[in-house]
Amino acid sequence: MFKKYDPLKDKMLQVMDDDGKVIAPAVKPAIPDDELVDVYKKMQFARTLDLMMVSFQRQGRMYTYPPNVGQEAISAAAGKIMRDRDWLVPAFRELGAWLAKGAKMRDVFLYWGGHEDGARFSDAPNFLPPSVPIASQLVHAAGIGFAINYKKEDSVVFAVVGDGGTSEGDFHEALNFAAVWKAPVIFIVQNNQFAISVPVRMQTVSKNLAVKSVAYGMPGLKVDGNDFFAMYAALSESFEYARKGNGPVLIEALTFRRGAHTTSDDPSLYRTEEEEKKWEAKDPIKRLRGYLVSQKLWKESDDEPLVEQYKKEIEKEFIEYESYPAYKLEDVFKYQFKDLPEDLNRQRIEYEKFLNWKEARK
Amino acid sequence: MKVVNMVQSINDAIDIKLGDDPNVVVYGEDVGVEGGVFRVTQGLQKKYSERRVFDTPLAESGIMGSAVGMCAAGLRPVVEMQFSGFSYPAVNQLISHVSRMRNRSRGKYGTPLVVRMPYGGGIKALEHHSESPEAIFGHIQGLKVVIPSTPYDAKGLMIASIESDDPVIFLEPKRIYRAIKQEVPEEKFSIPIGKGKHLSEGGDITVISYGAMIRDVQRAMVMAKEAGISVELIDLRTIYPIDREIIRESVKKTGRVLIVTEAPTSFGPGAELVTIVTEEAFLSLEAPPTRLSGFDTAPPLPKGEHLYFHTPERIFYEIKKLIDY
Repeated sequence: MFKKYDPLKDKMLQVMDDDGKVIAPAVKPAIPDDELVDVYKKMQFARTLDLMMVSFQRQGRMYTYPPNVGQEAISAAAGKIMRDRDWLVPAFRELGAWLAKGAKMRDVFLYWGGHEDGARFSDAPNFLPPSVPIASQLVHAAGIGFAINYKKEDSVVFAVVGDGGTSEGDFHEALNFAAVWKAPVIFIVQNNQFAISVPVRMQTVSKNLAVKSVAYGMPGLKVDGNDFFAMYAALSESFEYARKGNGPVLIEALTFRRGAHTTSDDPSLYRTEEEEKKWEAKDPIKRLRGYLVSQKLWKESDDEPLVEQYKKEIEKEFIEYESYPAYKLEDVFKYQFKDLPEDLNRQRIEYEKFLNWKEARK
Repeated sequence: MKVVNMVQSINDAIDIKLGDDPNVVVYGEDVGVEGGVFRVTQGLQKKYSERRVFDTPLAESGIMGSAVGMCAAGLRPVVEMQFSGFSYPAVNQLISHVSRMRNRSRGKYGTPLVVRMPYGGGIKALEHHSESPEAIFGHIQGLKVVIPSTPYDAKGLMIASIESDDPVIFLEPKRIYRAIKQEVPEEKFSIPIGKGKHLSEGGDITVISYGAMIRDVQRAMVMAKEAGISVELIDLRTIYPIDREIIRESVKKTGRVLIVTEAPTSFGPGAELVTIVTEEAFLSLEAPPTRLSGFDTAPPLPKGEHLYFHTPERIFYEIKKLIDY
């Protein structure tokens, strides 16, 4: 597959067309029907949660949030392959992969609701917290990959970054370190066309992003990121390759962020409706549904009750989350160090004295 | 007991920890085959194999950032920045991740990492080989910053640093790497991070310093003694967290304090120490707490070096000014 889809020739791995019709049966992964329906449901769940997050934010019940809508196939494919022993090193726009790794809805609400407790992901092993400084997490992935080799473990690291991140120095240092160390890392670039407002053509003059793998001596694949089958095929091939000790792989997943960069962003400033329409036609959920319907595994009319049921579950969880214990002074200090330095404890005590004084004034 | 210099005692400490903890790995630029440009890691690759002591591509952010991942996966890396002046590409990793991973993950992942860096000037080197950036690291919340001044302390503090579950910036005063030799026990021992040390008891004035400056302060003290001034010298040994108690007790007794650092003056470690002195011993002060720090300039190249780094005479001059205040 790596040879056939040589990024230097700018070929893109694609299995189905915009309507879900299989156009490259030779590379279509064999996934049992029931599992495929399950993947579809997970994508629908991630989208429902994502859209509700935006709506909670609009209602003033949530802080800044980066919508995922339009990019669900990438996370769904990674999520289906990742095992407990594999690592997820996220950026921040891969909600479906978080859920697959074991993040609970409560974690998602807490994190984007402004509480660090959300990034602990207590039920999810081998899952780093989201990383906001672009591409800086990729060198962590290289280090984890080193440790996997060092301890002779059977694990693979899934590290995620956006198209803008490929311009950062850490992207290049991470790829190079991982390659030199033959670290089992799959670098997934979600090329969603824009780094906030800046289009990919202003990031690079390379013919694609996957081609950046060539200089580091690792395989690279440009993949239709809105095509679940293509993403699954690319990631499972990369997974086996990395697992067998061959080193890292770079995947460029071509997609489109249908929503805003975050809830504070206004995409109308930098892209056209025409462009949005074009990508709406390539929507990953629509495409997988097209396939499932053609195979009689799903009916269009099955969508509505499913989404309604998800909405109810999410609403219920969200209401529960809203009564999560209030942020305490202790929460500010507790985790800065393993052993809290006396000096830092003094700062806490000074604030407590103020609180006591304030209380006594009432 | 063997008589060793600081290069040997740090090497010995790392050797001991490589020996007793299989999760310790040592890496950086030229630390493997060559043993580091100052030879601090000499012989360790041969003894522990390339798997545990190795050279990396020349990229400081990659070195620092990969250590964050290794820590999350259970290793305890000891990495080297070849000179503190070359550490700046890695500062994003330090500020954004090394110092915060524990807090961000609510204790799920820590960063038990030691970052070694030769620092400080006075060795007639090229540009970027002479700075004292300890204030930069001390200002990053979540890091501990250690600076030894003797081979003995260097060994004990290095062992404590590798055993620390929190990240430690270990600044090695390169000017005295080989200048001081002393008896250091061959067995394992550690010195607690965050504790200063009295190097001399005195009644007239407290001098607080650390690293390579200690030796110059001690030379100044000979002049002070001849002038009938009794100096109490405190070696801070740790820049963060600072030992407030040792400062408080001493300044309460002497009423006068001079802080000697190589680092630039503004927003520097001297400013922090003066604040601690005023907070802890305000009513005992008989002269303004004073810092003798570097100029707020780039450290000059070798031909101008003698004007930048404090001589014992300059330190004595400042001591005398405070006594005569």
